Amino acid sequence: MPPDTLLELKDVGRTFDVSRPWLDRVLEGEGRRSLRAVDGVSFTIKRGETLALVGESGCGKSTVARLIVGLYPPSEGKIEFEGADLSDPASSPMRRRMQMIFQDPYASLNPRWRVRDIVAEPIVAHGLAPDRATLEARVGELLSQVGLAPQDGEKYPHEFSGGQRQRISIARALSSNPEFLVCDEPTSALDVSVQAQILNLMKDLQQRLGLTYLFISHNLAVVAHIATRVGVMYLGRLVEIADARDLFTQPRHPYTRMLIDAIPDLEMSGKARTPVAGEVPNPISPPPGCTFNPRCPHANERCRSERPMRIDLPGSRSAACHAVEEGRLSASGG
Amino acid sequence: MTAPLLEVRNLRVEFPTRRGTLVAVDDLSFEIAPGEVLGVVGESGAGKSLTGMAIIGLLEPPGRIASGQILLEGERIDNLPPDAMRRIRGKRIGAIFQDPLTSLNPLFTIGEQLIETLQVHLELDHKQARSRAIELLAEVGIPAPAARIDNYPHHFSGGMRQRVVIALALCAHPRLIVADEPTTALDVSIQAQIIDLLKKVARENGAAVMLITHDMGVIAETADRVAVMYAGRLAEIGPVKDVIHAPRHPYTSGLMSSIPKLGEQRESLAQIDGAMPRLTAIPPGCAFNPRCPKRFDRCMTERPSPMPAGANHAACWLYAS
Ligand SMILES: Nc1ncnc2c1ncn2[C@@H]1O[C@H](COP(=O)(O)OP(=O)(O)O)[C@@H](O)[C@H]1O
Ligand SMILES: Nc1ncnc2c1ncn2[C@@H]1O[C@H](COP(=O)(O)OP(=O)(O)O)[C@@H](O)[C@H]1O
Ligand code: SF4
Ligand SMILES: [Mg+2]
Ligand SMILES: [Mg+2]
Repeated sequence: MPPDTLLELKDVGRTFDVSRPWLDRVLEGEGRRSLRAVDGVSFTIKRGETLALVGESGCGKSTVARLIVGLYPPSEGKIEFEGADLSDPASSPMRRRMQMIFQDPYASLNPRWRVRDIVAEPIVAHGLAPDRATLEARVGELLSQVGLAPQDGEKYPHEFSGGQRQRISIARALSSNPEFLVCDEPTSALDVSVQAQILNLMKDLQQRLGLTYLFISHNLAVVAHIATRVGVMYLGRLVEIADARDLFTQPRHPYTRMLIDAIPDLEMSGKARTPVAGEVPNPISPPPGCTFNPRCPHANERCRSERPMRIDLPGSRSAACHAVEEGRLSASGG
Repeated sequence: MTAPLLEVRNLRVEFPTRRGTLVAVDDLSFEIAPGEVLGVVGESGAGKSLTGMAIIGLLEPPGRIASGQILLEGERIDNLPPDAMRRIRGKRIGAIFQDPLTSLNPLFTIGEQLIETLQVHLELDHKQARSRAIELLAEVGIPAPAARIDNYPHHFSGGMRQRVVIALALCAHPRLIVADEPTTALDVSIQAQIIDLLKKVARENGAAVMLITHDMGVIAETADRVAVMYAGRLAEIGPVKDVIHAPRHPYTSGLMSSIPKLGEQRESLAQIDGAMPRLTAIPPGCAFNPRCPKRFDRCMTERPSPMPAGANHAACWLYAS
């Protein structure tokens, strides 16, 4: 492992049991059903970078986030933080060094607590403040850091707008001095003008505090703005990963191309969009071979039967696509 | 110039509360021509949905139209009795909402719902209505419509349900379609398909569309003109190219430059500090003045009405002649 790797996922998978209740199954003679939300996902995140995960809803982004912060264990594979296996109980002190920010800042803040107690809780839980005065000073400092006033600590979450509530969750996430933040759609519920405030704040904090981000979003323009690297997921699999600039200027995987093509064109250049065909199939019974094959303009027999592995391409990037591997797709354009 | 299909004149929507009256839509005027798509944008709480609800006559009490007029093809519809309005809705105005499930009844097949709506508005027998319903489903891009027509809404994906809602809204060839965030709940790839579909049906039926959304990209691809709302008021209105590329109102400029764009490397995004005021705390003068980098004395006391500004109209004192 190169020394600047902070986090590594090795062939991580997660299966959920989505069977109907036992009695219904018995009555209708139905077996158990499972859903592979995350399937053979591997990537590394370097210290100080922002890796973004993109893809349509249901492709497994949030599940990857929850596996990393330990909200559920992986069904297969390993997650390492600074080389330590996170499933090993001895690695539990590592957990303090990663925190998570969610899409809905209201649901993640206890409405009955004052903001200062919400922000202080992780500090107290981890025993990071020796006394009351240090704690108060630290909470005030955190609130100022995210652009709120220390006096705002006296108020309750409902007294704040959506954007301010997201600032409160960021202050709380930062309170245990983490190095790594997992951010699941942190601006998706916000208006664009407020989104700009939060994205600017996140970039600024990253620079000042040397943070590393996993940033999940379905908005490619937001990702292009904030990410250094981007991974594209489809039906639980990571189909392409590349430096942000390369991914957006020269997408290789047909699904990445389709996603980029589907973004409404704010420049109104009048470019003809390739119509996007079809929808994401049911994840309980994904198509064989490459799961993107029913929607892919380049699919052939091999794509319909053999699962493509991710292969390395020049420029520290990789893609899982037979057409890319066989050189059937030009490096740029359609 | 053709006569407008829809005219909204000085619309004011109020909510009486115990602590006084909230004005959620304030002195709003605009027109939509036949065949035109007007995009309505603004942050949440700006009054977009209430404006749409006022037009289709579905404001929920205690919300009410306190003053102003709404005219459809020259005829006032804001003061019609509920029965007359119900006939207009569906026949002359079609509505599409963000969540397709609010427009579909889970207990009936989509065929039953389409056939009923068709028969209410058009003189068709059951057999004719059924074959028209199958045609409509094909028009909105439902694969195998003759087989899917007997399915229930929950058998369809979100994108397919929104197609069904569009079919339902189009049944009687309405003159006006009010679409409130029709693609917000959908993924980008599906969103693009629905936008294309909306554009196609508007063109083919010569219907006017009021497209409410907070997504400027959707507007850029779909709308002919754009209205920007702020705190219940019209901030700016004009042709889509001019509003996006040459915005005149300081709020529209701020909004446009706060949007991250592909293919553009910026260290930080332009940001408008602060937040839109709550309805209980709209400042005197221009509602945007506390956040405006260009405000001057007049902005603090006198409220600007939309005035010519380049190719647009902007409610901003910078353009007072
Ligand atoms: N706890 C769970 N139980 C069963 N299925 C789940 C659970 N969490 C997620 N899923 C399923 O896993 C897939 C991936 O979900 P998720 O990770 O939330 O996707 P995304 O965040 O990309 O929208 C979806 O099909 C979802 O329905
Ligand atoms: N029943 C209600 N009582 C009081 N205020 C309301 C009610 N419904 C909506 N509002 C207020 O009216 C304003 C405009 O709402 P809306 O038209 O839904 O905004 P938008 O669609 O632009 O997000 C908001 O501030 C909202 O809080
Ligand atoms: S009227 Fe004044 S405060 Fe309002 S937008 Fe124009 S310059 Fe700014
Ligand atoms: Mg998610
Ligand atoms: Mg709304």
